[in-house]
Amino acid sequence: MAHRPLLLASLLAPCLAVSPIATALAAPAVASFTLENGLRGVVITDNRAPVVTHMVWYPVGSADEPQGKSGIAHFLEHLMFKGTDEIPEGAFSKIIAENGGRDNAFTSYDYTGYFQRIASDRLELVMRMEADRMRDLAFTEAVAETEREVILEERNQRTENSPQALFSEQMNAALFQNHRYGIPIIGWRHEMEGLTRADALAFYERYYAPDNAVLVVAGDVEPAEVERLARLHYGPLEPSGRPPESRPKEPPHRAARRMTMQDPRVRQPYVMRQYLVPSRGSDDPSKAASLVILAQILGSGITSRFSEQLELGQKIAIDTGAWYSATARDATDFTIYAVPAAGIGLADVEAGLDAVLATMAETGPTEAELARIKRKIRASYIYAEDSQATLARRYGGALSAGLSLEEIAAWPEVLEAVTVQDVRAVAQTYLVPARSVTGWLTGDSEEQG
Amino acid sequence: MGVRIILTAVLVALTVVSARAVEVQQATSPAGTAFWLVEEPSIPIVSIQMSFKGGARLDPPDRPGLSRLTVGLLDDGAGDLDAVAFSKERDRIAARYGFGVDHDSLTVSATMLKDEAQASAALLGTVLAEPRFDPEAIERMRAQMLSGLASDETDPGTIAGRTWYARAFPEHPYGRTTAGTPDAVRAITRAEIVATHARLLARARASVAVVGAVTVDEAGQLIDTILAGMPEGGPAAPIAAEPAPPPSGIEVVPLSVPQSVAVWGQTGLRRDDPDFFAAFVMNHILGGGGFSSRLMTEVREKRGLAYSVYAYLSELDGAVLYIGRVQTANDRIAESLDVVRAEWRRMAEEGVSQDELDKAKRYLTGAFPLRFDSNAKIAGFLVFAQEAGLGADYIDRRNGLIEAVSVEDIRRVAARLLAPDALSIVVVGEPAGL
Repeated sequence: MAHRPLLLASLLAPCLAVSPIATALAAPAVASFTLENGLRGVVITDNRAPVVTHMVWYPVGSADEPQGKSGIAHFLEHLMFKGTDEIPEGAFSKIIAENGGRDNAFTSYDYTGYFQRIASDRLELVMRMEADRMRDLAFTEAVAETEREVILEERNQRTENSPQALFSEQMNAALFQNHRYGIPIIGWRHEMEGLTRADALAFYERYYAPDNAVLVVAGDVEPAEVERLARLHYGPLEPSGRPPESRPKEPPHRAARRMTMQDPRVRQPYVMRQYLVPSRGSDDPSKAASLVILAQILGSGITSRFSEQLELGQKIAIDTGAWYSATARDATDFTIYAVPAAGIGLADVEAGLDAVLATMAETGPTEAELARIKRKIRASYIYAEDSQATLARRYGGALSAGLSLEEIAAWPEVLEAVTVQDVRAVAQTYLVPARSVTGWLTGDSEEQG
Repeated sequence: MGVRIILTAVLVALTVVSARAVEVQQATSPAGTAFWLVEEPSIPIVSIQMSFKGGARLDPPDRPGLSRLTVGLLDDGAGDLDAVAFSKERDRIAARYGFGVDHDSLTVSATMLKDEAQASAALLGTVLAEPRFDPEAIERMRAQMLSGLASDETDPGTIAGRTWYARAFPEHPYGRTTAGTPDAVRAITRAEIVATHARLLARARASVAVVGAVTVDEAGQLIDTILAGMPEGGPAAPIAAEPAPPPSGIEVVPLSVPQSVAVWGQTGLRRDDPDFFAAFVMNHILGGGGFSSRLMTEVREKRGLAYSVYAYLSELDGAVLYIGRVQTANDRIAESLDVVRAEWRRMAEEGVSQDELDKAKRYLTGAFPLRFDSNAKIAGFLVFAQEAGLGADYIDRRNGLIEAVSVEDIRRVAARLLAPDALSIVVVGEPAGL
């Protein structure tokens, strides 16, 4: 199909004050195409260095796994490096390395991605190899058995050795009542132990196909040449004809939930709260944009509300924060936390968070706060252009969340259009007890109060 | 598609060596500070990287953590601006500053919008020359450091690293973590912080690189603005004495976690050693990053013992080290360490094959340009090259140094360097069979 250039919309938007930041815009050059078999391609040109980032994103992740098979999306990600009908066992990454490239992969709730970074004159090599393993993966039972040990050690390293990571797992599991965002990406240990080669291949055969894949190429490349190569290597692959199933939705949340997790390894207790909120993919994106700005006003840096009130003012916390990732397909979490100062109980610091939230819901942010955050966001778009990997991930992540290129291009304007009233409205609507889980992580029962 | 086609592509790769044309200009600012510059006009931003020699290793022996606390306070208020006012001003001009300190140097990184470069440099200059060290900010930072140290007490990875260095460098600055100890952090006074600031920052110890949308004249002015209030100073005090090699044998630190963390190490090789590049290529084959090293193949791919395993050469101002790390379930960590020792020994006794060497060279030379695909990465590399005394032409020379390494070179350096029976090993966890 026709090669269709698409420039990121200007971030200029209805700007209050004329600042250099608003005028210093340089949008990345982004082109796109779709092959007859359904594969979508995005090309981001950056000619500063003769290197290229080649990525294939499958918009399926742990949230698409069958019941009882948690961790299978991630297990498959590992097994994708084991060989194909044409690439010998264990040779995939070695071929990339022998060509001066680096490769890796990642799994999330909504997507699984594979990438290589390599000299731009090797693009065709990595594209041929990535296309090969989209449909022709091949590995033995023994390889799967060994790799299962590796993912169990990965779980040990990331999660079991860290009470903070175990606590986050428990929080997520309590927040989501019906959706698989509540199940860890790496999997529950007891289910990981039972994952098999057949499970991985079933997931692979169901989902890995060109009509369920997004190609993102960023770097020193010509869009037309990328499309030509994609047509050559990805073009012949058979589509599956079956988009991923829609996922179960969360029912209305009606009850505030609380938990206390004790682990003798914990030396610094803290309180964390998560709220169920919309994402860019699940609802009107202006709500997600308002939540992005709300998170920054509440909990990003020393000028945030939490920091000014609890760390600098009352001195009851030594660390606070708010976190929200807008780019998700379904309703997601909005997370806040506070680490109490020495001698301060978790109940007191939690009350401090609640007081800040109540004020925000009542009066919203100030115009000055809103302007400051928007200015930072505008600058972040300029800074992001220094990293082709960041740009590639931005597009791959958003497309995998079900967003269109037009929606991605419009996102900066959606952020720019957020008003004081919008921020107040999302605080009032979504940061409410019934949508929340509050957790205390403590070292022993003495520290709870 | 077939194996044949892929192999053909690999062979073609042999004949192509791409290298980025990074045009490094050497210049001196009007006030006399030498710097390296790469002009990159395509994005309206400027990245500046500075490193000042003489870091936390000069903290008094009873004050580990002093440099870390001092540097942590740099963006907590300067000149007329308290912490909040400073943060708001920085956000207004959308500047980004980063400060860090290790044993040997303090690093400052700044990224700014071209149109706000002068204001961004001026604000950074105030930070470096007139940090306020407000008592409130000190107490806030002290509390955060103490909280972090408390959490570190049960983090196996942190314990393993700190124990390894403490064992390798008793009574030496490198044996004391820059994060400090609870007693030391509690005892630090404002006067000590003020004195540490004066000690850490001096113009004569700066290595400076600028990458971005600026001319050489503009870059010189930005640098002078940043360094305006800084004393000239002298060179950093040299490290007192070359430390003894780390002790051999295993020390187990008991901790109730399911997976043990092991750190092993031995003496390394200086960068100015004639065999340094041979050792560098050897380590890539033995334990370097990526999926292709012998350790990764033997520990992870074949046996499923670990998610990550790696080794690296490390150079401090007064010591050179060769360090590795692996994490394995308590009941199998002994097997991982057996494999590590066996691979250390195999390399010492047999070296590498020509095929392994050729593949390693293709990776190391081909992947070199990947380090230069962002302004910030280039600036960081240029400062490293300055501090290591590598010369502004190093980027052009480096792949030739890799290509010159032979199988014989690696056999020689492996036999000389590797000490499989003398590895110094720390294991944190509940390891079985150690």
